[in-house]
Amino acid sequence: MASYSTNEFKAGLKVMLDNDPCAIIENEFVKPGKGQAFNRVKIRNLKTGRVIERTFKSGDSLEGADVVDVAMQYLYNDGEFRHFMVPDTFEQYQCEEKVIGDTSKWLKDQDSCTVTLWNDAPLAVSPPNFVELAIVETDPGLRGDTSGGGGKPATLETGAVVRVPLFVQPGEIIKVDTRTGEYISRVKE
Amino acid sequence: MPTEWQPTCSIELLRLRAQVFADIRQFFLTRAVLEVETPLLGNSCGTDPELDFFTTDYCAPPLQRTLFMQTSPEFAMKRLLAAGSGCIYQIGKAFRNGESGRFHNPEFTLLEWYRVGFTLPQLMDEIAELMAVLFSGHRALKPTQRVSYQALFQRYTGLNPLAFSLQDYCAYAQANDVPEAVSLCGSDHGLWLDFIFSHKVQPYLGESALCMVYGYPACQSSLARLNKDNSHVTDRVEVFINGIELGNGYYELTDAKEQGRRFDEEIAVRQQNKRPVTVKDQHLVSALEAGLPECSGMAIGLDRLLMLLSSSATINEVLNFPLHRA
Repeated sequence: MASYSTNEFKAGLKVMLDNDPCAIIENEFVKPGKGQAFNRVKIRNLKTGRVIERTFKSGDSLEGADVVDVAMQYLYNDGEFRHFMVPDTFEQYQCEEKVIGDTSKWLKDQDSCTVTLWNDAPLAVSPPNFVELAIVETDPGLRGDTSGGGGKPATLETGAVVRVPLFVQPGEIIKVDTRTGEYISRVKE
Repeated sequence: MPTEWQPTCSIELLRLRAQVFADIRQFFLTRAVLEVETPLLGNSCGTDPELDFFTTDYCAPPLQRTLFMQTSPEFAMKRLLAAGSGCIYQIGKAFRNGESGRFHNPEFTLLEWYRVGFTLPQLMDEIAELMAVLFSGHRALKPTQRVSYQALFQRYTGLNPLAFSLQDYCAYAQANDVPEAVSLCGSDHGLWLDFIFSHKVQPYLGESALCMVYGYPACQSSLARLNKDNSHVTDRVEVFINGIELGNGYYELTDAKEQGRRFDEEIAVRQQNKRPVTVKDQHLVSALEAGLPECSGMAIGLDRLLMLLSSSATINEVLNFPLHRA
């Protein structure tokens, strides 16, 4: 893997730090007028999700990390692992539950998602920004109430619980923004 | 539609810059300080171990020689002082290679002035007066603070900046979320001071106020002279507003021998750190030998000053064409 100098650090660059793959978030050049130049860098550890700050001497470098985002299809959960497939190559990957974390509540069989691979092993799974899921449980809707005021909790087929308007019925399919967990709209079948 | 041709600053900022230049010229005109201009291209350059310069080639075949873009107008201005110019100031460009960031552009604008017969405290009075003029009508400043480097360093870190204790410095770094300083700084006292000051002290200096820090440790003396009562500190001042370093001033070194020695030392450090080679400015040494009058000098980064006046978050917001659009 190539190595990158602090001068090349920019948001999104994947590097190895303390043996973990990390993504640069922010890179600030700090230089006392007559003194040593530093780069104060904000970095996310891609394994733990933790964000740390670390200072480097300007010009120091870090090894690049072989981290790529791959669009995959979620296949199924065998109880121990979740299985994903690259649609073009039919190549399959299995993921431990701890890699998937919070994303599991948005994963429906056959849906597409992004799997982040580090040295060809899954590191993280992120859902699409928007998903369409069926409501399995919510209070019966108040027909005609389209005011949008208030709202009620609804449990979706994947287990996620989102707040929906009063008029939404059990069994309906809704569109949800997975970044905020917010209801967007009903989806006509 | 391409937009890359457009300036990154607003037209209003162009006007603010022009106003600041006019205010500065008026300020020095009333004080009988002479405006001068010195070359941007020189046959030599500052030897500061932490500054990198641009070079270019003079070509008039078969003649060819390397010229240096000046990192500061200091040497040329001191030669004018030695030649009897009296008090002088300059608004001009300076160039520092490799410096790009929120507060840095490799080409930037400096105000530099020298006051013959001024001590450092007198220079600090004038800095405060100039800042009051420049900020009036733009932004209110609280009363000016004057504090010694040692007092500040001790207040924010509990460490003594004048006496290096590797053990204390390492313990501080471990306990204050910057453990990387231990391996990064090693046993280099100057580097430790740069690291801790820039990370743990500077960000808190001069909240809506001009903060003048004087009495830098002797190992950070550069072109300042050592304090006559305490040789552990140097007659150097740095000024900050809202944690932003605005400028640097000295009670200037006039001893040619001492200057020659510091040049040699700095050139040796540059070689050791594999920095681009520079040559000693023999003209400056000769000027000091001929006699530089007792004087104090100050440099202020005008782009950063404009950032503060306009509450801009990045230097690009006050430059028309920063490096990537120049």
